[in-house]
Amino acid sequence: MATTEDAVNAAAGGGAFPPFDTSTYASQLFWLVIAFGLVYYVISKIAGPRISGILEDRHDRIASDIAEAERLKRETDEAMETYEKALSDARSRAQTLATETRDKLTAETTAKRQASEAELNEKLAEAETRIASIKSEALEQVDSIATDAVSAIMGKLAPKTPTAAAVKKAVTAVAKS
Amino acid sequence: MANDPIKQFEIHSIVPIEIAGIDFSFTNSSLFMLATTGAVSAFLVLSTSGRGLVPNRWQSAAEMSYEFVAGMLRDAAGTQGMKFFPLVFSLFMFVLFANLFGMFPYFFTVTSHIIVTFALAMLVIGTVVLYGFMKHGLGFLKLFVPEGVPVVLLPLVCAIEVISFLSRPISLSVRLFANMLAGHITLKVFAGFIVSLSGFGLIGIGGSILPLIMTVAITALEFLVSFLQAYVFAVLTCMYLNDALHPSH
Repeated sequence: MATTEDAVNAAAGGGAFPPFDTSTYASQLFWLVIAFGLVYYVISKIAGPRISGILEDRHDRIASDIAEAERLKRETDEAMETYEKALSDARSRAQTLATETRDKLTAETTAKRQASEAELNEKLAEAETRIASIKSEALEQVDSIATDAVSAIMGKLAPKTPTAAAVKKAVTAVAKS
Repeated sequence: MANDPIKQFEIHSIVPIEIAGIDFSFTNSSLFMLATTGAVSAFLVLSTSGRGLVPNRWQSAAEMSYEFVAGMLRDAAGTQGMKFFPLVFSLFMFVLFANLFGMFPYFFTVTSHIIVTFALAMLVIGTVVLYGFMKHGLGFLKLFVPEGVPVVLLPLVCAIEVISFLSRPISLSVRLFANMLAGHITLKVFAGFIVSLSGFGLIGIGGSILPLIMTVAITALEFLVSFLQAYVFAVLTCMYLNDALHPSH
């Protein structure tokens, strides 16, 4: 190996191979303790806690950001749901309203029709009553005309004029038969 | 001798310091150790000063290195292992930056010295042993007694386990040290070939293209090795720490 070879060469050249020169060990150890002690102090007291703090902060921040994003997403979903519910509610209400309106209008129309039909029926009945009364009146007049006529005919034909009541009785009897 | 591939590993004192007769001089090695510390600290602290929820490039790089090591440790030692995170992260960043600093020409490679890597390895093993005995008491010794082994074989297996445990700091430190050392020597040797070949006139200059290509390729390889060795060091640290957390395997 080059190391041993060079060491031998160096030894042959006079001076000891520097890494094996024990006279420098005390000084090297002394300054190594100081130098490495300082590094250890800086890392354990300043740099280490600081870096771990930074990493922790970042970790926490990312975690909280993700949580926040999830919360927002949940909120959005909820809002979406509410919106859809409202929409379907409105739709069903509109349907109900339409049905109701239609039913109401139908009912109204029916009622009107029925009312006008009743009115017409009433008028018809009235007219029929009047016709009946006029008819009976006319018939009554026919009776009296017949009675008069019978009285007059009898007056001409018979010497004795029958009484009005007897004529009437006879006429009625004839009319009834 | 500018061409000596060993010269780059020499340590020379910048500010001589001596305490109780021991040489604690501020050397070029110390300088680059502190530079590594400064670079690691600056990288991790300045880049994260904005504490951006959305990171900029530098912050992203710091976060990536953090999560890289954290993932490594969590995979190897579980969530309980995270209490060792500052140690593993420090080791990874220190070794990585020290290795990368070594890639600059004329810069000193801190991790090319066995004493440095051995000290870091002993820190790991020391932590493992200390924590293992503190947490599990003598139960930590179960680490050396694998379950389901026939009683006849037990002494042998135990011995192997103990030896493998004792060799851990050595393999951990030598792996990093040797990689950095050999890489830099190879780089220097090939770079030296370019210079020496160029001295042989026109043919030499033409021929020196080959070591030039090699130097470029090895430089790229060395960047990879710099990262890979830091990674390997950290991964092995995680696995050894896992032994301390869960000794019975």
